[in-house]
Amino acid sequence: MAGLYLSVATRAFRRYSTYTAATLAGMFTNCVFGIILCFVYQELWSLKPHAGGYDVKEAITYVWLGQAMIMTVLVWGGGPTNDLANRIRTGDVALDLYRPVPLIGWYAAQDLGRAAYHLLARGIGPTLLGALLFDIRWPGSLGAWLAFAVSLPLAVLVSFAIRFLVASTAFWLLDSSGPATVAWITAAFLSGLTVPLVLFPGWTRDVVLTLPWATFIQIPADIWLGQRSGWHAVEGLVLGAAWAGVLLLVCAFVLRRATAKVVVQGG
Amino acid sequence: MAETLAGAAAANVRAYRDIGLMWTRAAMAYPASFWMMAFSGFVVGGLDFVGIWIMFHTVDSLGEWNLREIAFLYGASGFGLAFADMLVGRVERLGDLIRTGRLDAMFLKPLPLLLQVCADEFALRRLSRILQSVVVLGVACTFVAWSPVKVLVTLSMIASSSVIYLAIFVAFACIQFWTIDANEVANAFTYGGNAVTQYPLSIYPREVVTGLTLVVPLAFVNWYPALYVIGKPDPYGFPDWLRFASPLAAVVLMALALLVWRTGVRHYTSTGS
Amino acid sequence: MTSTSSADGSLIQVRDLHRTFTVRRKTSRFRGVRDEVVAVHDLTFSVEVGEMVGYIGPNGAGKSTTIKMLTGILVPTDGSLSVAGLDPSRQRTELARHLGVVFGQRTTLWWDLPLRDSFAVLQKIYRTSPERHRANLAEYVELLDLGDLLDTPVRQLSLGQRMRGDIVAALLHDPEILFLDEPTIGLDVISKGRLREFLRTLNAERRTTLMLTTHDLQDIEALCDRVIVIDHGTAVFDGPLADLHTQGGSTRTLVVDLVDEAPAISVPGAVTRRVEGPRQWLSFPADASAAPIVAAVAAAYDVADLSIQEPDIEDVIREIYQR
Repeated sequence: MAGLYLSVATRAFRRYSTYTAATLAGMFTNCVFGIILCFVYQELWSLKPHAGGYDVKEAITYVWLGQAMIMTVLVWGGGPTNDLANRIRTGDVALDLYRPVPLIGWYAAQDLGRAAYHLLARGIGPTLLGALLFDIRWPGSLGAWLAFAVSLPLAVLVSFAIRFLVASTAFWLLDSSGPATVAWITAAFLSGLTVPLVLFPGWTRDVVLTLPWATFIQIPADIWLGQRSGWHAVEGLVLGAAWAGVLLLVCAFVLRRATAKVVVQGG
Repeated sequence: MAETLAGAAAANVRAYRDIGLMWTRAAMAYPASFWMMAFSGFVVGGLDFVGIWIMFHTVDSLGEWNLREIAFLYGASGFGLAFADMLVGRVERLGDLIRTGRLDAMFLKPLPLLLQVCADEFALRRLSRILQSVVVLGVACTFVAWSPVKVLVTLSMIASSSVIYLAIFVAFACIQFWTIDANEVANAFTYGGNAVTQYPLSIYPREVVTGLTLVVPLAFVNWYPALYVIGKPDPYGFPDWLRFASPLAAVVLMALALLVWRTGVRHYTSTGS
Repeated sequence: MTSTSSADGSLIQVRDLHRTFTVRRKTSRFRGVRDEVVAVHDLTFSVEVGEMVGYIGPNGAGKSTTIKMLTGILVPTDGSLSVAGLDPSRQRTELARHLGVVFGQRTTLWWDLPLRDSFAVLQKIYRTSPERHRANLAEYVELLDLGDLLDTPVRQLSLGQRMRGDIVAALLHDPEILFLDEPTIGLDVISKGRLREFLRTLNAERRTTLMLTTHDLQDIEALCDRVIVIDHGTAVFDGPLADLHTQGGSTRTLVVDLVDEAPAISVPGAVTRRVEGPRQWLSFPADASAAPIVAAVAAAYDVADLSIQEPDIEDVIREIYQR
């Protein structure tokens, strides 16, 4: 079973790696946005040197980590869950339901494979450019590297579960583009892509740091930067694992309801 | 000749309207999605601005511009982007149209290709994003000490901003005539352009501002006219007449964009790829 | 209506048409070599008003490249081309008013809207006068039996219904030339028959010139008096369907049902291909008369029944390709 999932993931990795021009184009865009944000943050942190508990170097690093994560966790949506939404609309999903592999696992494996590709292709490139153009901070210890490495798949799983739920709305609405739009807007804002979550004022900061989207960028970045270390880092990882678990359970529940509906209506 | 040209232009506008209406009716087949996405458009822009507002929770100014002044920049740039996005945003999907053969089908209709590409899947819901920019700009305008000339400059700024973004959408989408998958490059200039101009250009290095004046003239979307309307000095000391040059930049850029489009179409019809 | 024929009176005129493509062949992910590929060369033909022409050939023979040049989507590398008296690539929008195009595998109708709405917007796009539009719509809807479906969203139509809708859409502006690309693909036998019947009527009543590419040779047999066969980018045959048979060395088959089983029949002018119980298959050249053979068989054997099978055009074309 594990071997099967691995091969599904590998296939997804290869599938996404065929679009070389798209990858280069996307990296270019990530870099442009990264540079713009760096200038903005340099200005902001020069006026207020310890905003959000970061220094300017950490803020700059945060920018590039954010650009690296956009495609890895698909802040804007898309990926295998888009295929799923289309298959629900066309009714082809019935075939997925008869596969010997659980549907959620099948798509999750694909998404992890995809994320691995996007991390390598779209994540590392911009980060290196950021390091070249600006001064960025690297993880200070092996533990930080390890914790960061663990935080990534958790982020992908949380993001996958949310996108899966969005795609599932197609079972009822047929067209899931409305929910998908709501989802990416929420994700862009609450993941810390628009502004780092640590800059949120007062109690809102505590709230957004516990929401599932915090696991997309803010928590991995804080682990990388050493803002979260030791037990604090573990706490961040547990939060990610908890959200992934809860959301995947919700996915399973929703899928059961949807399946019942498909069977009754005959697709 | 001039009369027939005007007649043809009017006919094209009507055709765009008719196709647009048809897509709007088609979108209404899924009213839940339509309203959800319309509302989202409003929220997207709104949250973007909330992001800036959160930054201003930490600082009082950026590049020596306060939040009210930045709202003016934000509204002008956002309006242009949202307006252009509604009118021609679909040109982003040129590669898809080529891949699926739909562009070929457009060659068979007696309308300009660019018009058909832009009107394809026209989405009225994008009006909400325009509305959001209007709200921010409207509020920002209440803090301006108005004069007749400032009103004129502001109106020309909004029009120029729209035309400049129209041109940028079209010009950079043309890359897809050569590299079908590279549609994301255009995002760096459209949405990226909007991101740059949301902030006062005084926060960027001089080279960047020179580039935004001479190469990709996004500075004319809001920065130069806003210097005049709000009454701020140009920290880089560029000539004062630039503050009134937005319409010129818009016209030149639009002409260039149409030239690029024609070159792209010619490339397509001569390679068929 | 403006004059639509070229100097020598042909509606479509193609002379020494050439088209080459530069194809980048990938040798690795980032590297490639450029190859010149000749898609069409030395292609010459003309089509007169009111003709029904089958344009056939194997995949990759240059069919769609030709159609793309005729409709202005592609510029020829060399040679001259005129359709309805116009240069397709230079006068594309003008030409579009003279053309109707139907792709069997793609619809140009609005997926989520009723047929009626798609037709209405076409009237605006082509700026057809409202009276003409109404008259055409009424006539075609009647002929193609779409009356009950006008208010149904396209996505709910069957393939055959959608196809008929697409054909109406292509005809509402009174085109003089109708290009059909695989018009009957995926349709059931009844729908196919009905569609062919309609196209014949259209051609007879309006003198609409039809040019169709198809893999379904029954389309050709049912519709086209003339066939152009293209292979490797050039026309290998251009003429009446009947001549295609002679050129392809095609044969007709006489099926003989004898009263009793017998060894293979031997009569002059025919060869026995197959014996199965009392039934035998004799083939003879398609242009030869069947009468002497029938007479010879009837004279020598007790015949229960006779029938003649027309040549299979697919075999004929395969025969031509193989040369």
